[in-house]
Amino acid sequence: MTEAASLAVTDVVAGYGSVAVLNGVSITVRPGTITAVLGANGAGKTTLLRTISGFVRTRGGRVTLDDVSLTKLAPDHIARIGVAHVPEGQGVITELTVEENLKLGLLLRSRADRAAALNDIYGRFAILADRRRRLASTLSGGERQILVIARALLSAPRVLLLDEPSLGLAPRMVAQVLDLIRRLRDEAGLTVLLVEQNARGALSIADRGVVLNLGKVVAEADADALAADVQLRQHYLGF
Amino acid sequence: MQEFVELTLGGISDGMIYAAVGLSLVLIWRGTRVLNYAQGGMAMFTSYIAIVVIDAGGSYWLGFVIALASGLLLGAALERVVVRPTAGKPPLNAVIVTIGLLILIEGAAGIIYGSKNRSFPAAYSIVGAKVGNFALGPGSSPTAIFTAASVLAAAGLLALLFRFTPVGLRMRASAFSATVAQLMGVRVGRMTTLGWALAGLIGALAGMLVTPQTFLYPNSMDSIFVLGFTAAVIGGLDSPIGAIVGGLILGVLLNYVTGYVGSNLPELAGLAILVLVLMFRPSGLFASAATRQV
Repeated sequence: MTEAASLAVTDVVAGYGSVAVLNGVSITVRPGTITAVLGANGAGKTTLLRTISGFVRTRGGRVTLDDVSLTKLAPDHIARIGVAHVPEGQGVITELTVEENLKLGLLLRSRADRAAALNDIYGRFAILADRRRRLASTLSGGERQILVIARALLSAPRVLLLDEPSLGLAPRMVAQVLDLIRRLRDEAGLTVLLVEQNARGALSIADRGVVLNLGKVVAEADADALAADVQLRQHYLGF
Repeated sequence: MQEFVELTLGGISDGMIYAAVGLSLVLIWRGTRVLNYAQGGMAMFTSYIAIVVIDAGGSYWLGFVIALASGLLLGAALERVVVRPTAGKPPLNAVIVTIGLLILIEGAAGIIYGSKNRSFPAAYSIVGAKVGNFALGPGSSPTAIFTAASVLAAAGLLALLFRFTPVGLRMRASAFSATVAQLMGVRVGRMTTLGWALAGLIGALAGMLVTPQTFLYPNSMDSIFVLGFTAAVIGGLDSPIGAIVGGLILGVLLNYVTGYVGSNLPELAGLAILVLVLMFRPSGLFASAATRQV
Protein backbone atom coordinates (compact mmCIF):
# COMPACT_ATOMS: atom_id res chain seq x y z
CA MET A 1 0.00 0.00 0.00
CA THR A 2 1.27 3.46 -0.80
CA GLU A 3 1.39 6.21 1.75
CA ALA A 4 -2.00 7.21 3.16
CA ALA A 5 -3.49 10.38 1.79
CA SER A 6 -6.09 12.77 2.99
CA LEU A 7 -9.13 13.50 0.89
CA ALA A 8 -10.94 16.81 1.11
CA VAL A 9 -14.25 17.73 -0.48
CA THR A 10 -14.93 21.45 -0.07
CA ASP A 11 -18.24 23.23 -0.80
CA VAL A 12 -18.95 20.89 -3.72
CA VAL A 13 -22.00 21.51 -5.89
CA ALA A 14 -22.63 18.78 -8.46
CA GLY A 15 -25.43 16.90 -10.17
CA TYR A 16 -26.95 15.73 -13.41
CA GLY A 17 -28.42 18.03 -16.03
CA SER A 18 -29.94 21.07 -14.36
CA VAL A 19 -30.52 19.22 -11.09
CA ALA A 20 -27.94 19.79 -8.36
CA VAL A 21 -27.72 16.66 -6.23
CA LEU A 22 -24.95 17.95 -3.96
CA ASN A 23 -25.52 21.43 -2.56
CA GLY A 24 -22.31 22.60 -0.99
CA VAL A 25 -20.95 19.43 0.58
CA SER A 26 -17.74 19.54 2.61
CA ILE A 27 -16.12 16.39 4.00
CA THR A 28 -12.57 15.74 5.11
CA VAL A 29 -11.19 12.23 5.38
CA ARG A 30 -8.01 12.11 7.43
CA PRO A 31 -5.19 9.80 6.33
CA GLY A 32 -5.54 6.23 7.52
CA THR A 33 -9.13 6.58 8.70
CA ILE A 34 -12.51 5.28 7.64
CA THR A 35 -15.30 7.81 7.13
CA ALA A 36 -18.81 6.43 6.71
CA VAL A 37 -21.25 8.41 4.57
CA LEU A 38 -24.80 7.63 5.63
CA GLY A 39 -28.23 8.75 4.58
CA ALA A 40 -31.43 7.73 2.86
CA ASN A 41 -31.83 6.94 -0.83
CA GLY A 42 -31.46 10.10 -2.88
CA ALA A 43 -29.36 11.85 -0.26
CA GLY A 44 -26.49 12.17 -2.75
CA LYS A 45 -24.14 9.50 -1.42
CA THR A 46 -23.40 7.83 -4.74
CA THR A 47 -23.18 11.19 -6.52
CA LEU A 48 -20.59 12.26 -3.94
CA LEU A 49 -18.38 9.28 -4.81
CA ARG A 50 -18.92 9.76 -8.56
CA THR A 51 -17.93 13.40 -8.19
CA ILE A 52 -14.72 12.53 -6.35
CA SER A 53 -13.76 9.97 -9.00
CA GLY A 54 -14.47 12.40 -11.83
CA PHE A 55 -17.56 10.85 -13.43
CA VAL A 56 -19.75 13.75 -12.32
CA ARG A 57 -18.40 17.25 -12.98
CA THR A 58 -18.40 19.76 -10.15
CA ARG A 59 -20.20 23.04 -10.67
CA GLY A 60 -18.65 24.58 -7.64
CA GLY A 61 -16.21 23.79 -4.88
CA ARG A 62 -13.22 21.50 -5.13
CA VAL A 63 -11.90 18.02 -4.41
CA THR A 64 -8.29 17.50 -3.34
CA LEU A 65 -6.14 14.48 -2.57
CA ASP A 66 -3.42 15.73 -0.25
CA ASP A 67 -2.54 18.92 -2.12
CA VAL A 68 -3.45 17.76 -5.61
CA SER A 69 -6.70 19.11 -7.04
CA LEU A 70 -8.84 16.39 -8.62
CA THR A 71 -11.58 18.78 -9.62
CA LYS A 72 -10.92 19.07 -13.35
CA LEU A 73 -9.27 15.70 -13.96
CA ALA A 74 -10.69 12.84 -16.07
CA PRO A 75 -11.75 9.65 -14.25
CA ASP A 76 -8.85 7.56 -15.59
CA HIS A 77 -6.36 10.20 -14.46
CA ILE A 78 -7.90 10.29 -10.98
CA ALA A 79 -7.66 6.51 -10.83
CA ARG A 80 -3.97 6.63 -11.73
CA ILE A 81 -3.33 9.21 -8.99
CA GLY A 82 -4.56 6.61 -6.51
CA VAL A 83 -8.31 6.96 -5.98
CA ALA A 84 -9.93 3.54 -6.29
CA HIS A 85 -13.70 3.69 -6.69
CA VAL A 86 -15.76 0.55 -6.17
CA PRO A 87 -19.13 1.31 -7.77
CA GLU A 88 -22.34 -0.11 -6.44
CA GLY A 89 -23.38 -3.47 -7.80
CA GLN A 90 -21.47 -3.25 -11.08
CA GLY A 91 -17.89 -2.93 -12.09
CA VAL A 92 -17.06 -6.48 -13.06
CA ILE A 93 -16.22 -6.98 -16.73
CA THR A 94 -18.20 -10.15 -17.32
CA GLU A 95 -16.46 -10.99 -20.63
CA LEU A 96 -13.07 -11.25 -18.88
CA THR A 97 -11.94 -13.99 -16.53
CA VAL A 98 -11.72 -13.43 -12.79
CA GLU A 99 -7.95 -13.17 -13.01
CA GLU A 100 -8.06 -10.75 -15.94
CA ASN A 101 -10.38 -8.51 -13.93
CA LEU A 102 -7.89 -8.61 -11.07
CA LYS A 103 -4.99 -7.89 -13.42
CA LEU A 104 -6.66 -4.65 -14.45
CA GLY A 105 -6.11 -3.55 -10.86
CA LEU A 106 -2.53 -4.81 -10.83
CA LEU A 107 -1.64 -2.73 -13.90
CA LEU A 108 -1.80 0.40 -11.71
CA ARG A 109 0.78 -1.02 -9.34
CA SER A 110 4.54 -1.14 -9.77
CA ARG A 111 5.69 -4.20 -11.67
CA ALA A 112 7.88 -5.58 -8.91
CA ASP A 113 5.22 -6.49 -6.37
CA ARG A 114 2.37 -7.52 -8.70
CA ALA A 115 2.78 -11.25 -8.22
CA ALA A 116 3.00 -10.97 -4.44
CA ALA A 117 -0.06 -8.73 -4.30
CA LEU A 118 -2.09 -11.15 -6.40
CA ASN A 119 -1.07 -14.07 -4.20
CA ASP A 120 -1.99 -12.08 -1.13
CA ILE A 121 -5.48 -11.43 -2.50
CA TYR A 122 -5.91 -15.10 -3.45
CA GLY A 123 -4.93 -15.95 0.11
CA ARG A 124 -7.58 -13.63 1.50
CA PHE A 125 -10.34 -14.65 -0.91
CA ALA A 126 -10.16 -18.37 -1.63
CA ILE A 127 -13.28 -18.06 -3.75
CA LEU A 128 -11.41 -15.88 -6.26
CA ALA A 129 -8.43 -18.22 -6.27
CA ASP A 130 -10.69 -21.18 -7.02
CA ARG A 131 -12.34 -19.42 -9.94
CA ARG A 132 -9.47 -17.46 -11.36
CA ARG A 133 -9.73 -19.01 -14.83
CA ARG A 134 -13.52 -18.70 -15.08
CA LEU A 135 -15.35 -15.90 -16.78
CA ALA A 136 -16.53 -13.30 -14.30
CA SER A 137 -20.04 -13.77 -15.72
CA THR A 138 -20.18 -17.12 -13.89
CA LEU A 139 -19.85 -15.46 -10.47
CA SER A 140 -22.82 -14.74 -8.21
CA GLY A 141 -23.66 -11.18 -7.20
CA GLY A 142 -21.82 -11.49 -3.90
CA GLU A 143 -18.77 -13.02 -5.54
CA ARG A 144 -18.68 -10.19 -8.06
CA GLN A 145 -18.75 -7.69 -5.23
CA ILE A 146 -15.75 -9.41 -3.66
CA LEU A 147 -14.00 -9.40 -7.03
CA VAL A 148 -14.47 -5.67 -7.53
CA ILE A 149 -13.26 -4.85 -4.03
CA ALA A 150 -10.26 -7.13 -4.45
CA ARG A 151 -9.45 -5.51 -7.79
CA ALA A 152 -9.56 -2.05 -6.21
CA LEU A 153 -7.19 -3.21 -3.45
CA LEU A 154 -4.77 -4.63 -6.01
CA SER A 155 -4.38 -1.19 -7.53
CA ALA A 156 -2.57 -0.08 -4.34
CA PRO A 157 -4.92 2.87 -3.82
CA ARG A 158 -4.19 5.88 -1.63
CA VAL A 159 -7.90 6.37 -1.10
CA LEU A 160 -10.62 3.75 -1.43
CA LEU A 161 -14.17 4.83 -2.27
CA LEU A 162 -16.67 2.08 -1.52
CA ASP A 163 -20.28 2.36 -2.66
CA GLU A 164 -22.55 -0.04 -0.77
CA PRO A 165 -20.00 -2.87 -0.57
CA SER A 166 -22.37 -5.00 1.50
CA LEU A 167 -25.28 -4.73 -0.95
CA GLY A 168 -26.49 -8.16 -1.96
CA LEU A 169 -23.95 -10.00 0.18
CA ALA A 170 -24.81 -12.79 2.58
CA PRO A 171 -24.48 -11.66 6.24
CA ARG A 172 -21.32 -13.71 6.74
CA MET A 173 -19.79 -12.04 3.67
CA VAL A 174 -20.81 -8.61 4.96
CA ALA A 175 -18.92 -9.24 8.17
CA GLN A 176 -15.93 -10.47 6.19
CA VAL A 177 -15.88 -7.42 3.93
CA LEU A 178 -16.26 -4.94 6.79
CA ASP A 179 -13.54 -6.76 8.69
CA LEU A 180 -11.26 -6.57 5.67
CA ILE A 181 -11.80 -2.83 5.34
CA ARG A 182 -10.98 -2.37 9.01
CA ARG A 183 -7.80 -4.42 8.72
CA LEU A 184 -6.69 -2.49 5.65
CA ARG A 185 -6.92 0.70 7.68
CA ASP A 186 -5.23 -0.78 10.75
CA GLU A 187 -2.47 -2.70 8.99
CA ALA A 188 -1.88 -0.65 5.87
CA GLY A 189 -3.15 2.78 6.87
CA LEU A 190 -5.60 2.93 3.99
CA THR A 191 -7.89 5.97 3.76
CA VAL A 192 -11.50 4.92 3.12
CA LEU A 193 -14.71 6.73 2.26
CA LEU A 194 -17.48 4.22 2.81
CA VAL A 195 -21.05 4.72 1.58
CA GLU A 196 -23.46 2.31 3.23
CA GLN A 197 -27.17 1.77 3.76
CA ASN A 198 -26.14 -0.61 6.52
CA ALA A 199 -25.45 2.26 8.93
CA ARG A 200 -24.92 0.09 11.97
CA GLY A 201 -22.30 -2.04 10.26
CA ALA A 202 -20.54 0.95 8.72
CA LEU A 203 -20.36 2.89 11.99
CA SER A 204 -19.00 -0.19 13.75
CA ILE A 205 -15.74 0.05 11.79
CA ALA A 206 -15.64 3.77 10.91
CA ASP A 207 -13.70 6.48 12.71
CA ARG A 208 -15.95 9.29 11.56
CA GLY A 209 -19.48 9.42 10.22
CA VAL A 210 -21.18 11.93 7.96
CA VAL A 211 -24.94 12.02 7.42
CA LEU A 212 -26.16 13.38 4.10
CA ASN A 213 -29.73 14.49 3.50
CA LEU A 214 -30.97 16.01 0.23
CA GLY A 215 -27.48 16.92 -0.85
CA LYS A 216 -26.33 18.58 2.37
CA VAL A 217 -24.29 17.40 5.35
CA VAL A 218 -26.71 17.34 8.27
CA ALA A 219 -24.42 15.74 10.83
CA GLU A 220 -20.73 14.96 11.17
CA ALA A 221 -19.12 13.41 14.21
CA ASP A 222 -17.02 10.56 15.51
CA ALA A 223 -18.60 7.25 14.57
CA ASP A 224 -19.41 6.15 18.11
CA ALA A 225 -20.99 9.52 18.90
CA LEU A 226 -23.20 9.23 15.81
CA ALA A 227 -24.15 5.68 16.70
CA ALA A 228 -25.07 6.84 20.21
CA ASP A 229 -27.25 9.74 19.02
CA VAL A 230 -30.71 8.22 19.35
CA GLN A 231 -32.57 11.07 17.68
CA LEU A 232 -30.27 11.16 14.67
CA ARG A 233 -30.42 7.40 14.34
CA GLN A 234 -34.18 7.34 14.32
CA HIS A 235 -34.51 10.35 12.05
CA TYR A 236 -31.94 9.59 9.38
CA LEU A 237 -30.42 6.18 9.85
CA GLY A 238 -33.36 3.96 10.69
CA PHE A 239 -31.85 1.80 13.40
CA MET B 1 -12.81 -33.95 -58.33
CA GLN B 2 -9.95 -31.85 -59.65
CA GLU B 3 -12.30 -28.90 -60.12
CA PHE B 4 -13.63 -29.32 -56.59
CA VAL B 5 -10.14 -29.25 -55.09
CA GLU B 6 -9.19 -26.25 -57.19
CA LEU B 7 -12.31 -24.36 -56.19
CA THR B 8 -11.90 -25.20 -52.53
CA LEU B 9 -8.25 -24.14 -52.36
CA GLY B 10 -8.99 -20.98 -54.31
CA GLY B 11 -11.89 -20.29 -51.97
CA ILE B 12 -9.69 -20.63 -48.92
CA SER B 13 -7.18 -18.21 -50.37
CA ASP B 14 -9.86 -15.64 -51.32
CA GLY B 15 -11.60 -16.25 -48.03
CA MET B 16 -8.51 -15.30 -46.06
CA ILE B 17 -8.61 -11.89 -47.74
CA TYR B 18 -12.27 -11.39 -46.82
CA ALA B 19 -11.30 -12.58 -43.34
CA ALA B 20 -8.62 -9.88 -43.10
CA VAL B 21 -11.07 -7.15 -44.13
CA GLY B 22 -13.65 -8.62 -41.73
CA LEU B 23 -11.08 -8.71 -38.94
CA SER B 24 -10.25 -5.04 -39.44
CA LEU B 25 -13.96 -4.17 -39.21
CA VAL B 26 -14.37 -6.29 -36.07
CA LEU B 27 -11.41 -4.58 -34.38
CA ILE B 28 -13.12 -1.21 -34.74
CA TRP B 29 -16.68 -2.39 -34.11
CA ARG B 30 -15.72 -4.16 -30.88
CA GLY B 31 -14.05 -1.11 -29.42
CA THR B 32 -16.33 1.67 -30.59
CA ARG B 33 -19.53 0.26 -32.14
CA VAL B 34 -18.60 2.10 -35.31
CA LEU B 35 -18.74 0.35 -38.66
CA ASN B 36 -15.88 1.79 -40.67
CA TYR B 37 -17.20 2.13 -44.22
CA ALA B 38 -13.89 3.70 -45.20
CA GLN B 39 -11.91 0.53 -44.41
CA GLY B 40 -11.78 -0.60 -48.05
CA GLY B 41 -10.90 2.88 -49.25
CA MET B 42 -8.07 3.09 -46.75
CA ALA B 43 -6.69 -0.24 -48.01
CA MET B 44 -6.94 0.97 -51.59
CA PHE B 45 -5.00 4.11 -50.68
CA THR B 46 -2.22 2.25 -48.87
CA SER B 47 -1.91 -0.04 -51.91
CA TYR B 48 -1.32 3.07 -54.05
CA ILE B 49 1.40 4.11 -51.61
CA ALA B 50 2.97 0.67 -52.05
CA ILE B 51 2.88 0.81 -55.84
CA VAL B 52 4.49 4.27 -55.81
CA VAL B 53 7.33 2.89 -53.67
CA ILE B 54 7.68 -0.20 -55.87
CA ASP B 55 7.59 1.79 -59.14
CA ALA B 56 10.20 4.18 -57.76
CA GLY B 57 12.60 1.27 -57.57
CA GLY B 58 11.93 0.04 -54.07
CA SER B 59 11.50 -3.70 -53.70
CA TYR B 60 8.08 -5.34 -53.40
CA TRP B 61 8.77 -5.96 -49.72
CA LEU B 62 9.71 -2.35 -49.05
CA GLY B 63 6.38 -1.34 -50.59
CA PHE B 64 4.64 -4.02 -48.52
CA VAL B 65 6.08 -2.78 -45.24
CA ILE B 66 5.44 0.87 -46.07
CA ALA B 67 1.82 0.06 -47.00
CA LEU B 68 1.26 -1.66 -43.66
CA ALA B 69 2.91 1.16 -41.75
CA SER B 70 0.81 3.74 -43.63
CA GLY B 71 -2.31 1.74 -42.78
CA LEU B 72 -1.35 1.89 -39.12
CA LEU B 73 -0.79 5.65 -39.21
CA LEU B 74 -3.83 6.35 -41.38
CA GLY B 75 -6.09 4.40 -39.02
CA ALA B 76 -4.77 6.22 -35.97
CA ALA B 77 -4.96 9.64 -37.61
CA LEU B 78 -8.49 9.19 -38.93
CA GLU B 79 -9.76 8.01 -35.56
CA ARG B 80 -8.14 10.84 -33.68
CA VAL B 81 -9.04 13.65 -36.06
CA VAL B 82 -12.30 12.70 -37.75
CA VAL B 83 -14.02 9.90 -35.86
CA ARG B 84 -13.32 10.89 -32.22
CA PRO B 85 -15.60 13.95 -32.37
CA THR B 86 -18.56 11.63 -33.15
CA ALA B 87 -18.15 9.74 -29.84
CA GLY B 88 -21.19 10.14 -27.63
CA LYS B 89 -23.26 11.45 -30.55
CA PRO B 90 -26.03 9.50 -32.30
CA PRO B 91 -24.63 6.42 -34.13
CA LEU B 92 -25.70 7.82 -37.49
CA ASN B 93 -23.07 10.56 -37.14
CA ALA B 94 -20.23 8.05 -37.25
CA VAL B 95 -21.86 6.25 -40.19
CA ILE B 96 -22.06 9.49 -42.19
CA VAL B 97 -18.49 10.42 -41.24
CA THR B 98 -16.98 7.10 -42.35
CA ILE B 99 -19.01 7.10 -45.61
CA GLY B 100 -17.81 10.67 -46.16
CA LEU B 101 -14.25 9.52 -45.53
CA LEU B 102 -14.64 6.77 -48.12
CA ILE B 103 -15.80 9.27 -50.76
CA LEU B 104 -12.98 11.63 -49.79
CA ILE B 105 -10.28 8.95 -49.93
CA GLU B 106 -11.49 7.56 -53.27
CA GLY B 107 -11.74 11.08 -54.69
CA ALA B 108 -8.25 11.93 -53.45
CA ALA B 109 -6.83 8.74 -54.97
CA GLY B 110 -8.44 9.62 -58.32
CA ILE B 111 -6.96 13.13 -58.24
CA ILE B 112 -3.48 12.04 -57.13
CA TYR B 113 -3.04 8.76 -58.97
CA GLY B 114 -5.60 8.91 -61.80
CA SER B 115 -8.51 6.57 -62.26
CA LYS B 116 -7.10 4.06 -64.77
CA ASN B 117 -6.56 0.46 -63.72
CA ARG B 118 -3.00 -0.26 -62.70
CA SER B 119 -1.58 -3.73 -62.50
CA PHE B 120 -0.20 -4.71 -59.14
CA PRO B 121 2.52 -7.23 -58.36
CA ALA B 122 1.91 -10.32 -56.26
CA ALA B 123 4.27 -11.41 -53.52
CA TYR B 124 5.28 -14.64 -55.23
CA SER B 125 4.36 -16.73 -58.26
CA ILE B 126 0.65 -17.23 -58.88
CA VAL B 127 1.13 -20.56 -60.65
CA GLY B 128 -0.61 -23.37 -58.81
CA ALA B 129 1.10 -26.54 -57.65
CA LYS B 130 0.73 -29.99 -59.22
CA VAL B 131 0.71 -33.39 -57.59
CA GLY B 132 1.70 -35.68 -60.45
CA ASN B 133 -0.78 -34.83 -63.21
CA PHE B 134 -3.27 -33.48 -60.71
CA ALA B 135 -3.31 -29.66 -60.89
CA LEU B 136 -4.35 -27.98 -57.67
CA GLY B 137 -5.06 -24.60 -59.27
CA PRO B 138 -4.08 -21.04 -58.33
CA GLY B 139 -5.33 -21.61 -54.79
CA SER B 140 -2.18 -23.67 -54.20
CA SER B 141 0.26 -21.12 -55.61
CA PRO B 142 3.03 -19.67 -53.43
CA THR B 143 1.14 -16.37 -53.40
CA ALA B 144 -2.04 -18.07 -52.19
CA ILE B 145 -0.11 -19.84 -49.46
CA PHE B 146 1.53 -16.55 -48.49
CA THR B 147 -1.94 -14.95 -48.39
CA ALA B 148 -3.32 -17.55 -46.01
CA ALA B 149 -0.17 -17.64 -43.90
CA SER B 150 0.13 -13.86 -43.52
CA VAL B 151 -3.53 -13.39 -42.54
CA LEU B 152 -3.32 -16.26 -40.06
CA ALA B 153 -0.07 -14.87 -38.67
CA ALA B 154 -1.59 -11.40 -38.28
CA ALA B 155 -4.66 -12.85 -36.58
CA GLY B 156 -2.47 -15.01 -34.33
CA LEU B 157 -0.30 -12.05 -33.33
CA LEU B 158 -3.43 -10.04 -32.53
CA ALA B 159 -4.75 -12.90 -30.42
CA LEU B 160 -1.45 -13.04 -28.50
CA LEU B 161 -1.53 -9.27 -28.05
CA PHE B 162 -5.07 -9.33 -26.68
CA ARG B 163 -4.61 -12.40 -24.49
CA PHE B 164 -1.18 -12.01 -22.99
CA THR B 165 -0.10 -8.37 -22.86
CA PRO B 166 -1.11 -5.51 -20.56
CA VAL B 167 -2.02 -3.33 -23.51
CA GLY B 168 -4.21 -6.13 -24.88
CA LEU B 169 -5.99 -6.44 -21.54
CA ARG B 170 -6.53 -2.68 -21.50
CA MET B 171 -7.90 -2.77 -25.04
CA ARG B 172 -10.33 -5.56 -24.20
CA ALA B 173 -11.44 -3.84 -21.01
CA SER B 174 -12.05 -0.61 -22.93
CA ALA B 175 -14.05 -2.47 -25.56
CA PHE B 176 -16.23 -4.36 -23.08
CA SER B 177 -16.78 -1.57 -20.58
CA ALA B 178 -15.30 1.86 -21.09
CA THR B 179 -16.55 2.97 -17.68
CA VAL B 180 -14.86 0.18 -15.75
CA ALA B 181 -11.71 0.63 -17.81
CA GLN B 182 -11.63 4.30 -16.82
CA LEU B 183 -12.16 3.34 -13.19
CA MET B 184 -9.04 1.21 -13.51
CA GLY B 185 -7.04 4.10 -14.92
CA VAL B 186 -7.08 2.98 -18.55
CA ARG B 187 -6.77 5.76 -21.14
CA VAL B 188 -9.72 4.55 -23.17
CA GLY B 189 -9.22 7.08 -25.97
CA ARG B 190 -5.70 5.80 -26.62
CA MET B 191 -6.96 2.23 -26.76
CA THR B 192 -9.54 3.29 -29.36
CA THR B 193 -6.84 4.96 -31.44
CA LEU B 194 -4.72 1.84 -31.17
CA GLY B 195 -7.67 -0.31 -32.29
CA TRP B 196 -8.13 1.84 -35.39
CA ALA B 197 -4.39 1.73 -36.06
CA LEU B 198 -4.33 -2.08 -35.92
CA ALA B 199 -7.44 -2.21 -38.11
CA GLY B 200 -5.71 0.08 -40.59
CA LEU B 201 -2.72 -2.27 -40.63
CA ILE B 202 -4.81 -5.40 -41.19
CA GLY B 203 -6.82 -3.58 -43.88
CA ALA B 204 -3.60 -2.55 -45.62
CA LEU B 205 -2.48 -6.19 -45.54
CA ALA B 206 -5.77 -7.21 -47.19
CA GLY B 207 -5.21 -4.54 -49.84
CA MET B 208 -1.72 -5.84 -50.65
CA LEU B 209 -3.02 -9.40 -50.89
CA VAL B 210 -6.10 -8.79 -53.03
CA THR B 211 -5.00 -6.03 -55.40
CA PRO B 212 -2.96 -8.32 -57.70
CA GLN B 213 -6.31 -9.96 -58.60
CA THR B 214 -8.49 -6.87 -58.84
CA PHE B 215 -6.03 -4.35 -60.32
CA LEU B 216 -5.68 -1.01 -58.57
CA TYR B 217 -8.11 1.87 -59.14
CA PRO B 218 -9.94 4.20 -56.72
CA ASN B 219 -12.92 1.85 -56.32
CA SER B 220 -10.90 -1.35 -56.42
CA MET B 221 -11.67 -2.32 -52.81
CA ASP B 222 -15.42 -1.60 -52.89
CA SER B 223 -16.63 -5.12 -53.61
CA ILE B 224 -13.92 -6.62 -51.37
CA PHE B 225 -15.17 -4.39 -48.56
CA VAL B 226 -18.71 -5.72 -49.00
CA LEU B 227 -17.44 -9.30 -48.90
CA GLY B 228 -15.25 -8.55 -45.88
CA PHE B 229 -18.24 -6.99 -44.17
CA THR B 230 -20.26 -10.11 -44.99
CA ALA B 231 -17.51 -12.26 -43.47
CA ALA B 232 -17.58 -10.16 -40.30
CA VAL B 233 -21.39 -10.35 -40.12
CA ILE B 234 -21.33 -14.13 -40.55
CA GLY B 235 -18.97 -14.19 -37.59
CA GLY B 236 -21.14 -11.88 -35.51
CA LEU B 237 -19.17 -8.60 -36.01
CA ASP B 238 -17.88 -8.97 -32.46
CA SER B 239 -15.65 -11.97 -32.82
CA PRO B 240 -12.18 -11.94 -34.42
CA ILE B 241 -12.26 -15.71 -34.80
CA GLY B 242 -15.78 -15.42 -36.21
CA ALA B 243 -14.48 -13.04 -38.88
CA ILE B 244 -11.77 -15.52 -39.92
CA VAL B 245 -14.17 -18.45 -40.07
CA GLY B 246 -16.80 -16.28 -41.76
CA GLY B 247 -14.26 -15.25 -44.38
CA LEU B 248 -13.30 -18.86 -45.09
CA ILE B 249 -16.94 -20.00 -45.37
CA LEU B 250 -17.73 -17.10 -47.68
CA GLY B 251 -14.64 -17.57 -49.84
CA VAL B 252 -15.26 -21.26 -50.39
CA LEU B 253 -19.02 -20.83 -51.01
CA LEU B 254 -18.45 -18.05 -53.53
CA ASN B 255 -15.84 -20.08 -55.36
CA TYR B 256 -18.30 -22.97 -55.67
CA VAL B 257 -20.87 -20.52 -57.04
CA THR B 258 -18.29 -19.29 -59.56
CA GLY B 259 -17.33 -22.80 -60.58
CA TYR B 260 -20.62 -24.64 -60.57
CA VAL B 261 -23.26 -21.95 -61.16
CA GLY B 262 -21.86 -19.04 -63.09
CA SER B 263 -18.70 -17.01 -63.09
CA ASN B 264 -20.51 -13.67 -63.01
CA LEU B 265 -22.59 -14.53 -59.96
CA PRO B 266 -20.28 -14.46 -56.91
CA GLU B 267 -20.78 -10.79 -56.04
CA LEU B 268 -24.53 -11.25 -56.23
CA ALA B 269 -24.25 -14.41 -54.16
CA GLY B 270 -22.16 -12.54 -51.59
CA LEU B 271 -24.85 -9.91 -51.22
CA ALA B 272 -27.54 -12.62 -51.02
CA ILE B 273 -25.61 -14.33 -48.19
CA LEU B 274 -25.27 -10.98 -46.40
CA VAL B 275 -29.01 -10.37 -46.64
CA LEU B 276 -29.84 -13.93 -45.52
CA VAL B 277 -27.55 -13.76 -42.49
CA LEU B 278 -28.91 -10.36 -41.50
CA MET B 279 -32.46 -11.67 -41.85
CA PHE B 280 -32.16 -14.99 -40.07
CA ARG B 281 -29.07 -14.78 -37.89
CA PRO B 282 -28.39 -11.07 -37.34
CA SER B 283 -26.04 -11.74 -34.44
CA GLY B 284 -23.96 -14.03 -36.65
CA LEU B 285 -23.25 -17.73 -36.57
CA PHE B 286 -20.70 -17.43 -33.79
CA ALA B 287 -22.10 -14.74 -31.52
CA SER B 288 -21.73 -15.91 -27.95
CA ALA B 289 -25.39 -15.06 -27.27
CA ALA B 290 -23.97 -12.53 -24.87
CA THR B 291 -26.52 -9.91 -24.17
CA ARG B 292 -24.29 -8.01 -21.80
CA GLN B 293 -25.08 -8.46 -18.16
CA VAL B 294 -24.85 -5.32 -16.11
